[in-house]
Amino acid sequence: MSTVNSLGKSSIWRRLSIWLFIRPRTVLLMLLIPPLLWMGIVYLGSLFNLLAYSVFGLDEFSGQIVKELTFRNFIDLFRLSNLDVIFRTTIMATLVTIACALIAFPIAYYMAKYTSGKTRALFYLGVMLPLWSSYLVRVYAWKLILAKEGVIGWIFHSLGIEFVLEAILSLPLVGGSSLSFSRMGTFIVLVYIWLPFMILPIQAAIERIPKSLLEASSDLGAKPKQTFRKIIFPLAIPGIAAGSIFTFSLTLGDYIIPGIIGNSTMYIGQVVYMQQGMAGNIPFAAAFSLVPILIIAVYLALAKRLGAFDAL
Amino acid sequence: MHSDSKKAPWGLKTAAISGMLFLHIPIAFIFLYAFTTDQKSYQFPPPGLTLKWFEKTWDRPDVWRAMKLSVEVATLSTIMALILGTLAAMALSRTKFFGRDTFSMLLVLPIALPGIISGLALRSTFGTFEIPFSFWTIVVGHATFCVVVVYNNAVARLRRTSVNLIEASLDLGATSFQTFRYIVLPNLATALLAGGMLAFALSFDEVIVTTFTAGQQTTLPIWMYQELMRPRDRPVTNVVAMVIVLITTLPILGAYYLTRDTDSADGSSK
Repeated sequence: MSTVNSLGKSSIWRRLSIWLFIRPRTVLLMLLIPPLLWMGIVYLGSLFNLLAYSVFGLDEFSGQIVKELTFRNFIDLFRLSNLDVIFRTTIMATLVTIACALIAFPIAYYMAKYTSGKTRALFYLGVMLPLWSSYLVRVYAWKLILAKEGVIGWIFHSLGIEFVLEAILSLPLVGGSSLSFSRMGTFIVLVYIWLPFMILPIQAAIERIPKSLLEASSDLGAKPKQTFRKIIFPLAIPGIAAGSIFTFSLTLGDYIIPGIIGNSTMYIGQVVYMQQGMAGNIPFAAAFSLVPILIIAVYLALAKRLGAFDAL
Repeated sequence: MHSDSKKAPWGLKTAAISGMLFLHIPIAFIFLYAFTTDQKSYQFPPPGLTLKWFEKTWDRPDVWRAMKLSVEVATLSTIMALILGTLAAMALSRTKFFGRDTFSMLLVLPIALPGIISGLALRSTFGTFEIPFSFWTIVVGHATFCVVVVYNNAVARLRRTSVNLIEASLDLGATSFQTFRYIVLPNLATALLAGGMLAFALSFDEVIVTTFTAGQQTTLPIWMYQELMRPRDRPVTNVVAMVIVLITTLPILGAYYLTRDTDSADGSSK
């Protein structure tokens, strides 16, 4: 074959090949440099640049960014209205994570223990598809479903129990004019969007439990429920922790879902978005965007203690 | 194992199946509403069904422009991600070096951190260096979060490729380049194709990072986001939503079938 020859017989290629073969470090470096430059300089560099912006100020009259060291942005973070946003977003992220774990666990457990062949493929694809695709479209689907004249309203109406829906909507804090303009709506959609991120790590963690462990447990006289409580569940915890990193972090920074489904209460992502956009205050937006990073860092430290990184 | 031979408790089975239905029924409404005759609200059940919105969408130059831009961005980002992801996978799959774990963490960071942070970080950097927003700034953003998808697929496959094959090739007198071309690459091909398809799907409907890295350019998800914030043409939006689902579903299904026999958990570590 001519290509074989062109890469083989020609002495230049052969000499180069030998030269590289005895220098594995050089090869490693050559492979590593392009992705390292990209991720390290373009991406990580940008993150540090964001950090730098957070200590810049804004000239109140001209609206220009003043590149002088100031901690005003961080002092502003502690205003009551901002603390309120931070607090509310953290609570929401925690609730969404708990709800995702509760819904995901049976799916993951069933997938890992009771499916095989075609059924497993179906479940697997059923989780993969929403994980990778159509974020915005899936949010939009809930706009259709939760609208006042949408399918949920129709179900309550057809069953003649509209008063139940009205009672739910009139609840303080979670209610609103319709489900698509309520905090409950925001919560449902956040859970829906981030749920697949919780299922796969739990499924992987349960799948990794050696069969011999379960056999030993039942040989030693444990009932299935005991085996579940003492063996399976503790070993699934790293999976839950791994999944929760995604559900927690992604909820903390989301600004699109509360903007489309929800009342006008603000979340961290929306404040950052509005500060950099309409207000043109990139320094304050940068400082505010460090809040979720900080919360996530604390959360990661906790997750690490639960062994989340072994399940990633 | 005992539980394999036994049937699942009905409570567990119900919970699992309801969970899966919860994940998928909402998508069905996207398909239903693309055919509704209702223009003003989200009325259910639809007052009537029609095909005319497909025709109307077909005649919309703004939708076509957005679609074209999205395909171009996704194609180019996928190519960049393929190159960077493969190099990273080859570097990290077999060798151990200082900072290796940190580097693999860095690859996951763009999808683990909320998009708004990556987006704002890139935007502030473009601002610092006075780089005007363009097609290329969108591609830079997308390539960054697509690398990890290709990397995950490639690294899983490389770990399964037997070292013996490579050593045999070298022992038989092949150069490193021949070994790469005739042994490593054919082994890697389907994993790369799968990773590339996932990267394409991921890029095609990304909206958050795009919002921050696009100037006046309108990708299809940005077009749709603008419609959601200020609805002008609901029926066309419904049709576009359906098209986005179809365009992103196909590569994901393809990626699954390409890798199902070899790597059971591509992307599971996303």
